[in-house]
Order: sequence, then C-alpha cells, then structure tokens
Amino acid sequence: MLKLEQRPEPSRLWTYLTPPLAVAVTMIAGGALFALLGKNPVEAIATIFWEPLFGEFAFYYGPQLLVKGAPLILIAIGLSLGFRAGIWNIGAEGQYIVGAITGAGAGLAFYPADLWVVFPVMVVAGAAGGWAWAMIPALLKLRFGTNEILVSLMLVYVAEQLLAAMSLGLLKNPDGFGFPGSRNLQQYAPAHNAELVAGTGMHWGVVAALIAVIFAYVLLNRHVLGYHIRLTGQAPRAARFAGVRPKRLVLFCLGMSGALAGLAGMFEVSGPAGQISIDFNVGYGFTAIIVAFLGRLHPVGILLAGLLMALTYIGGEIAQSNLGLPAAAIQVFQGMLLFFLLAVDLFTNFRIRVIRPETA
Amino acid sequence: MRLEKILAGAILAAGLAVPAAAQDPTKVGFIYVGPIGDGGWTYEHDKGRLAVEEHFGDKVETVFQESVPEGADAERAITQMALRGADLIFTTSFGFMEPTITVAKKFPDVKFEHATGFKTADNVSTYSARFYEGRAIQGHIAASMTESNVIGYIASYPIPEVIRGINAAYIHARKANPDVEFKIIWAYTWFDPAKEADAATALIEQGADVILQHTDSTAPQAAAEKAGDVITFGQASDMAEYKPYPRVSSIIDNWAPYYIERTQDVMDGTWESQQVWHGINEGMVEIGEITDAVPEDVKTQALALKAEIASGDYHPFTGPLNKQDGSAWLAEGETADDGTLLGMDFYVEGISGKIPQ
Amino acid sequence: MDLASISPVLLLASLMVAATPILLAALGELVVERSGVLNLGVEGMMITGAICGFAAAVETGSPFAGFVAAALGGAVLSLLFAGLTQVALANQVASGLALTLFGLGLSALMGQGYVGVKPPPTPRLDIPVLGDIPILGPILFGHDVMVYVGLGLCAAIWAMLKYTRAGLVLRAVGENHDAAHALGYKVVRVRVMAILFGGACAGLGGAYISLIRVPQWTEGMTAGAGWIALALVVFASWKAGRVLLGAWLFGGVTVLQLNLQAAGVAIPVEYLSMSPYLITILVLVIMSADRSRAPGSLGRIFHATG
Repeated sequence: MLKLEQRPEPSRLWTYLTPPLAVAVTMIAGGALFALLGKNPVEAIATIFWEPLFGEFAFYYGPQLLVKGAPLILIAIGLSLGFRAGIWNIGAEGQYIVGAITGAGAGLAFYPADLWVVFPVMVVAGAAGGWAWAMIPALLKLRFGTNEILVSLMLVYVAEQLLAAMSLGLLKNPDGFGFPGSRNLQQYAPAHNAELVAGTGMHWGVVAALIAVIFAYVLLNRHVLGYHIRLTGQAPRAARFAGVRPKRLVLFCLGMSGALAGLAGMFEVSGPAGQISIDFNVGYGFTAIIVAFLGRLHPVGILLAGLLMALTYIGGEIAQSNLGLPAAAIQVFQGMLLFFLLAVDLFTNFRIRVIRPETA
Repeated sequence: MRLEKILAGAILAAGLAVPAAAQDPTKVGFIYVGPIGDGGWTYEHDKGRLAVEEHFGDKVETVFQESVPEGADAERAITQMALRGADLIFTTSFGFMEPTITVAKKFPDVKFEHATGFKTADNVSTYSARFYEGRAIQGHIAASMTESNVIGYIASYPIPEVIRGINAAYIHARKANPDVEFKIIWAYTWFDPAKEADAATALIEQGADVILQHTDSTAPQAAAEKAGDVITFGQASDMAEYKPYPRVSSIIDNWAPYYIERTQDVMDGTWESQQVWHGINEGMVEIGEITDAVPEDVKTQALALKAEIASGDYHPFTGPLNKQDGSAWLAEGETADDGTLLGMDFYVEGISGKIPQ
Repeated sequence: MDLASISPVLLLASLMVAATPILLAALGELVVERSGVLNLGVEGMMITGAICGFAAAVETGSPFAGFVAAALGGAVLSLLFAGLTQVALANQVASGLALTLFGLGLSALMGQGYVGVKPPPTPRLDIPVLGDIPILGPILFGHDVMVYVGLGLCAAIWAMLKYTRAGLVLRAVGENHDAAHALGYKVVRVRVMAILFGGACAGLGGAYISLIRVPQWTEGMTAGAGWIALALVVFASWKAGRVLLGAWLFGGVTVLQLNLQAAGVAIPVEYLSMSPYLITILVLVIMSADRSRAPGSLGRIFHATG
C-alpha cells in the first residue's frame, strides 16, 4: 500500500526536479495527442519548444517572449505576495482592465499635447486604478468580513462591462468612424510605451516586471514585512503573537497586487495593444494565477514560469500556422502542461512511502 | 531587416543551385479573429482560403491562424507569417487594422489586405463588402411577408456597418409595406449563441414575425424554428441547414473571387494598393437562395431589386431621405456618397429608438 | 417606447429557460463548495458537457442519451480536478483555472465535426390539464423536461443538505475537514464524489445550451455561463433555494434587458449587465451580517496526518 507522508521541509531536490519532469511528461502526452491528430509529434513538440528559442526566427520570437511574459510575471508577482499570506486575490483580470482604462484615460486626457509628463502620469494613474479596484475587496473584507476571492472575481465581470462602456463611450476615438475603441496610443508619442531598444521587445512593462521580481525577492527574504507575509501564511496564530497586524497585511497585499496588475494593464494598453477596445483583455489576470502557482510563489520561479507560459503561447502559435494544428489542440496542450506541473508538486511536499500490510 | 536580407540571399542561392526547380509556390496567409468552426464570419473567410487553394493548386501554399486576439497577439501572428515568407496576407477583422499597418511597415515586400478597415499604405489594401445592398433586399422580403408588421433586428455593436444595414433594410421595408415597424436589440456581441437566442426570443414574444440578424451564430434561426411562424435570413453564411423555413434567404459573404483575384495579382506582379468596397455586382455579396416559402411575386420583386442594384441602376440609399430627426439628408434622386455611408452614425427617418452611445 | 408589448407571462416563461443552464451548473458547484472545495473549472466542464451531449444526441438521435453523455463527460473531466486537488493535493484555484483552459480546448477539438449540424429536438412536456391554466400554465408547465430536472434537483439538494445524513456529512466535511476526519468521515472520498456530482451537473447545464436553448454546436458557445454559475453560488450564500432565485435574477436581467430594448426603451446595456455582479457583492456584504458564511474549509487543502 502507498501512503503519502508530509515532508518536514519541502524537498529542495524535488523543487528543482519537478518542473522539468512535468514538461517531459507533457511532451509525451502532448505528442500522443498530436499524433492522434495526424501530425508528426516530434516535429510539433520541437516547434513549440525549440522554434521560438533557437529556430530560424528566434531573433523575433525571443523578444516576443518578453512581451508576452512581462504582464504575466508582473501580475503574478503581486498575486504571490497575497497568496503566501493566505489572501486570495483572483480578480487580477479586473484590476488589469481598470488599470488600462485609467492609464489610457489619463494619457488621452492630454491628447494631443506633447509633454514628457504624460507617460509618468499614466503610470501613476494605471497603478492607482488597479490599486483602487483591489481596495474594494480589501475594504469589504476588513469592514464586513466578506470573502475576497468572491468579491474580486465578481469585480472582474464589472470591469469587463466597464471596458465595453468605455470603448463605446467616453474613450471612443472621435476620428474612428464610429468604431468602438480608443485612439491608438502608439501614435501618440508622449503616451506610447515603445520598445526601449528597437527589436528587443524591452518596453517599460518588461523593466517593471524585472524590478518587481527583484523587489519581491528582497521583500520576502530581507524585510520584516516579507517575514510577516510568510509567517501569516504558514502559521496565522503565531503571526499574531509576532506582532503582525492582519488588517494592514490585507491592505498591503491586495493593494500591491492590484497596483501591479493595473500597471501591467497600463503598459499593455500603451504599448503592445495600443488601444482600449472591447476585447482588450485576453485573460492575463487569470493566467497569472496559474503562473504564480507554477512558480511556487517564489519570485524567481514566477519569472521562469511566466517565460515558460509565454513560450507555449508563442510556440503554439507557430505550430498553428506552420503545421496547421488547430488552436484548440494548443489549448489542450497548455492545459495538460498545467495539470502535470500542478500534480508533480506533490513530490516536493510529500514523500510516498510503501507500507507493507502487517502480516498477522 | 537584416535577417530578411540573409533570407532573401539564401533563397536566391537555393534558386541558383537548382535552376530547373519549379517556381516557389506563392504563399498566402490568413489571420482569423474567430475559430474556423464559427459557422459565420471566419468560416466564410476560410472557405475563401480553400477556394484559393483549389483554384491555384500547387502554385499556392496557404497558411492560417485562427482565434487570434486583436491587439498585441495579432501583431505577432501577422509578423510571424511575414517572416515565414508569406507573399500576401489577409487580415480578416476590423481590429487587426493597426497591427496590419505596423507590420506592413516592417515588410515592404509583403502585400497585406485588411478587411473592413480604412487605413491603407503602399503595401496595404483594404477590402470590404457592401452588405447593405443585401440588407435592402432582405428588408423588402421581410416587409412583404410580415403579418404582424413587426420586424425584429438583432444588431451587434453600434458601428457604421451595422447602422447602415438597419437603415438599408428599413428604407426598403417601408417601401414595400408602409406599416412596418422595426424593433432593434443591441446584443453587444458578434457571437454569443445563448444571448442571440434570447434576443430572438424576446423579439418574437413582442410580436416580431421576421428576424433580421447582424450577429454571426445560427441561434436566432433555431429560436425562430422553435417559434414556428417566424422567418429569418442567413447572416454572413448561407445557414442552409435552416432552409426552406424559417430561413427564406441569406446574405453570404463570398470572399473567394476577391482572394483568387488578389493572389493572381501577386503572382503576376501587378498587385497595387487599393481600397475596394464590393457589392452584389462583383460577387462579394451574394444573396442566398430565396426559398419557396416566399410568395412568387415577392421573390420576383426581390430578384428584380437585386438585378437593379447589381447593374448600378439603383442605389439603396437614394433620396428623398431624411434623417431620424427630420432633417433633410438626400434630395430627390440624390444618392449617398461612400464617405457618409462609411461613417454612418444616424438612423433614417421613421426608425424609433436611439442609437446607443 | 412600447412597454405594453412586453408580455409578462412570456417573459417569465423565457426566464425559466434562460435560468436553467446556470441553475444546473450552480447546483453542482454548490454541492462541491459545500464539501469545502472550490472548483473554478465550471466553464470548462460545461462546455465539455455541451459537446459530449451534442455529439451523443446527434449520433444516437436521442436527446436523452445526449444528456446522459453530457453528465458523464462533465464528470469525467471533473475527475481530473479531483485527482489533482484530492490526490495530488494541488491548489484548487490554479487547478480549476487549468481545467477551464483544458475543457475549452478539448471541447473545440471534439466538436470539429459537428459545426453546422442540427441536433434532434427535445420534446416539450405537454402537461394536459396544468398547461392550460391561464398565466401559470405557460409560465410553469410548458417547458422541456430539463427545466423540471433543474427544479427537481434544486429541491432534492435542498432536502439532502437539510434532512439527510449524507447532507450532514457533506456539510461537516466542508465546515471543518480536520474535525470531520477525526469523527471518522472519509473526507477525500466525500469530496471526490461531490466534485464528480458537480461535474455531471455542469455537463448537464452545458448540454442544455447546446441541445435545447440554442440548439447547435459552436466553439466557446457557453460564453461565460460557467463563471456566472460560480457567481450564483456566492449570491445564493450556499443555499439551494437561493440558487434558484439567483438563477432567475441572473437569467432575468439578460432577458429583461433584451425585452426592454425590443420595446424601445433606451437603456445603458453595459451598466445593466453589471448589476447582477454588483448585487452579488451587496449580498455578500449583507450576508456577513447574518453569519451564513462560506463553508469553513472552502478552498483549503486537506491532508490526513497520522
């Protein structure tokens, strides 16, 4: 008989071993799926994992990994702080949307003035928008004890409706022939979050994501607040005695994750996406939750997990157009990868013991 | 682009090494906003792609990417097709306009065709269809057949194309039957079968016995079929599975002739940037079979109207026409110019209700 | 404006139909959450049920077989979630989101051959005498079987939670899994069963959309109904009766909105569409006062030590 036994400490070995293991298993299962669809499995897997990094056009896909990964990492870093403390913000998608709206709105308010101050104002507005949206579940939790998972999730739907209203109303491009969507910020230089060095994919959002990773690492390892966060997650009661003030922690964690999600939205709308439109959000806020867990809530892990997710997105797109794999097959493949990554984490925290039935 | 050059060099070298080899097939790419299985908008574009393949055989290679979100992801999808050596790329949604223009700047040798947009460049054309011509015919049939004099209209978003369709249908409905009234629902979606079904049901329950739709799923057809005595028209696709009743006719987006023509232009080296807005005459807008559920005389009138529009003898927006607020728009015999039509943001006189802002 | 053209009787009747898919899915999720598990994969299970049911109904020609297959399909998919969260002890939020992603892709793959196909019609129940009652007849007694399955399920779950031992065990496990374990209840087994039940219900809800409400198959056709079902459970504060109320409210807002538009009332569509979610948040706030809170162990991982 097999029995799970909790390890006293998460296994270091397995922490490093599980992600490659999961990727390997996914390759086998995914390969089987692709073979079933009549594609060459080796070619398909190679296209997804190899092509973006080392293929003929890696010079283009490499930077794109940053573009796709940055918002995921930025949001996931914020979320991971809360998750560690047992504070569950799953409404990052909503905060991302609101940050984009306030950020873009602030920029468009200046249109067409050519002032250097526009972009900094947008950054502040984007962060503030996401922060404010996250403060709703935070304050309701503190005042009424409502569940932040549910309130933040509800606010995603509200934000989506708000986005539609803005695209069709207040922020609609006056020169857009009545089509929904705001002006394109890429064509309004002071508000454009352009590549810092052309062809590298590095825009301010990528920089912000890297800063966030370092910031979170330092916070968690070197700062008393990080210690409080970890302690609250592991032993809430002990945390009380250690002088943690839970209310402030809730405000900090939700506010921080909201602000980072808002920033991500703002950088996205002013850079890669360019404009507020009804379909502006493509699920980064939800994917980031998965990224946070894949990264084991560790800043460096999140960085890697974000890039891995970006890799499957971009490799998946290449496989679609080169091999004619349906988009759905890529989705299934990603789903499998997540399943396996989540499943193998078991080995990190538990060991499997074989127990012999007692012979009587 | 540095790598472009290396690539061009490599291709050239390969060409020199194998001089007898057949010419490389022309590579044509398609970027779709939805899945090819949506049964409507994207489905019809993909039929156009397949027609290109069939027409040219070995001389073309087509690639496509489906369900591409508008925005940053679109830019990457288009770029990657250009990188992979596509000679001609069709981007088939309004939301791909900015990404298409951006990518086109980086690949001056690749030709781009953007559907339904208004921005062009030396290597970017736009193409769109005069769906309103089909709407005029629908309006005529609808008003001739309604018994309740209530026509339901499921609109998607309040954008010029949709408003144009409503106006064209309304003008011709009124001509055929001065008593008709339009009930319009803005669904705020292009594609949400459940919501479209609900919208159709709501219209039917409020007395509509004709449903016109400007959303892409067949859900309203099914709702009409369930209700029993309601007629509908196929949208974007023929929706032939609901023939002969409730679906009595349809507007079909037929992109195939255009896609074949433009591919040929690229092959011949005669491709030039243009802005086309094709209608029934050029075959981009097709009127699906008018079924026997339509009385013979109505069918004859509808076909006559179609012939008149196709020949250019008649423009669906011909004065005298007033705007909804009663102000004059077109004088007797005057026809609407394309500029006004492209930016249309008003109802014509007689339609009740407001365009949502 | 022509408010008189809205017939309240027909409005209520179509509200019953619009509410059914989210009602079914939400009832399943209610049981799951009552057992202390948060499964955010409802959307994925619904859409999988939608295609399983559709394919089975088309192949066999029997809508009944379709619904059975839909329930099975949803349950099989939820088994993945059960394995991850109950055996491999993975985080429930992440697992649920992954399940949705997986289900959306899987359904699209399975459905490739079914675009543009018409399913066999599900007959309406014609209840002879009751159906002829004025007003109440068309509202209550003119529907298809699944509407009544939804209502029946609602009553059954209410009764089960309130009066049966099974309900007691379920609640005990959900409120405090350590205590339940100490009492000798099989926490994991109860939860796996609840998850399977939730999957089956979500599958039924999805099939209701693809077989009756729309009826056709298109990729992504549930269009967020699974997320609404999640909201509904919260709105209902984990009580079966209130789920029904909530389903009518959520379904009703859409139906009413469309009807008002058809009647020519100028309404800000987006703001009206927000309202159910805002109301849900309001309900959460009010609920916190009457102490009927979320199940105590909701979302927490259980591992029996010793």
